Amino acid sequence: MRTVRIGAGQGFYGDSLLPVLDVARYGDVKYISFDTLAELTLAILEKGRRKDPAAGYTRDVVPMMRNLLPIAKEKGIRLITNAGGINPRGAARAVAEVARELGISLKVACVTGDDIYDRLDELAARGVTFADKETGQALGDIRDRVLFASVYLGAQVVADALATGADVVITGRTTDTAQFLGPLIHEFGWARDDWDRLAQGIVLGHLMECSGQVSGGNYQVGWEDIPDLHRIGFPVAEVSEDGSFVLTKPPGTGGRVDLKSVKEQFLYEIHDPTTYITPDVICDLTTTRLEQVGENRVRVSGTKGRPAPPTLKALLGYADGWMGEGYISFSWPKAYSKAKRAAEIIRARLEMQGVRPEEIHEEYIGINSLWGALAPEPVNEDQINEVRLRIVIRTRNKKDCEVLAREFPPLLLSGPPTASAVAGTPQPRELMGLWSTLIPRELVEPHVQIQVEEV
Amino acid sequence: MAKRIRLIDICHARSGDKGDASDIALFANDEAAWEIIRKHVTKERVAEYFRPVAAGPVERWEVPNVQALKFVVHGALGGGASRSLRSDNLGKTFAAALLRMEITVEE
Repeated sequence: MRTVRIGAGQGFYGDSLLPVLDVARYGDVKYISFDTLAELTLAILEKGRRKDPAAGYTRDVVPMMRNLLPIAKEKGIRLITNAGGINPRGAARAVAEVARELGISLKVACVTGDDIYDRLDELAARGVTFADKETGQALGDIRDRVLFASVYLGAQVVADALATGADVVITGRTTDTAQFLGPLIHEFGWARDDWDRLAQGIVLGHLMECSGQVSGGNYQVGWEDIPDLHRIGFPVAEVSEDGSFVLTKPPGTGGRVDLKSVKEQFLYEIHDPTTYITPDVICDLTTTRLEQVGENRVRVSGTKGRPAPPTLKALLGYADGWMGEGYISFSWPKAYSKAKRAAEIIRARLEMQGVRPEEIHEEYIGINSLWGALAPEPVNEDQINEVRLRIVIRTRNKKDCEVLAREFPPLLLSGPPTASAVAGTPQPRELMGLWSTLIPRELVEPHVQIQVEEV
Repeated sequence: MAKRIRLIDICHARSGDKGDASDIALFANDEAAWEIIRKHVTKERVAEYFRPVAAGPVERWEVPNVQALKFVVHGALGGGASRSLRSDNLGKTFAAALLRMEITVEE
């Protein structure tokens, strides 16, 4: 049976740029796929684009390509990424520019049509309500505050882009799994209704899309024994034409691929495991078989698929007020009590100045900043050497956030003793709400385009 | 004889986010652990455990092929990652919090 090898390059915007070089050099792969977009990433990119209209894509694609293109070109590896974010043309231009600088001839395909920001009124006129996907709640006055709107496109357009002969495929909001299923559709010519094979391709994509999280990273119990995380091997899959595959990693790298690491990623962020919905197929993950077949080798097979949904998910981001914060640390003795007293002082100071936040949240770093009310209260305060207080507020205006930040430094002189490390006055951040909704696919897919540029 | 155990003694887990929900998978270490968590780690129990930080409700699925329970805890992330005020705005540590939950089992 025909097989192809495919590797993972990055699991999010900001992921390490080093492991992909091992995948390219030693992974013996024909394709490397990058998933750079989480729900939150588009919000981050939108903030960037407002400062600079040429931005809006994941900017680390430039240094990444600078290191990777020479190896990829030499070995004939094709690269697929959704680094385009909300500006895929900008990303494609930037990658073409890198190729020019390096003197490498390159064919770059750029996929657009996922961005519906400029089409919201037109779509509304055609009957799209933009009701919340889960609650059915109407979009209402949020409409006027929308800052970006992107539809999740599936793997078919990635396969179509590869069919142009492109060395690099750059898209905007294609799904995480599309980066991986796309090359398989292209390679094996899987039909649009070959639901079981498509489902296997989605499981492959889902397992690989978070890079190191399937090969020994974030390994919850037993992490102490995972070797050489500093040189973790990003996942590589050996895929057969029937859709079954063996998940592994490049030889000589650290990390580990075993049943535990694969299981943890297998059910990661998928909600209902019987109905994992993607634009390409609906997968039943309760039908998948996982078997350890060797050291750092897990075989995955058997996933059943059902017909793709008639709608596509869209994610809208909207302005949702401001967030302000401040930090201060206290040392032994009674570090925690001092930090709590400091929080009382800050709250009173806000009230004295008429600042009434929509929400105020306090955390004691070292005690409960990650778990909040789920964290047990310390039994013996004398054993706590230091505590860092963080207070954070959400308000409708930026000024209130500045008032909060301004209140921390004075505590050094006029608060409880042994205060330190206020770290200046953090700048207020604009918050973005995210809104998920469903759009009939026939209103989106005719607008999808592939542009090819040759350098 | 009944005894109290913590889930970390018999399970591993991982959590992530989707909107304002925390998505947690709890994996039994072996067949015996699978029977225990199926019986004792109910939707109600998990909802009660997370109530101090999550408005709820909680959904639960059994995934027998990997001997796991999947939980989706709604209203758990302070409005969702992009507007949450919490340090752990993605609920990455909720899996560990669940592993600290105690259950009573028969010896």
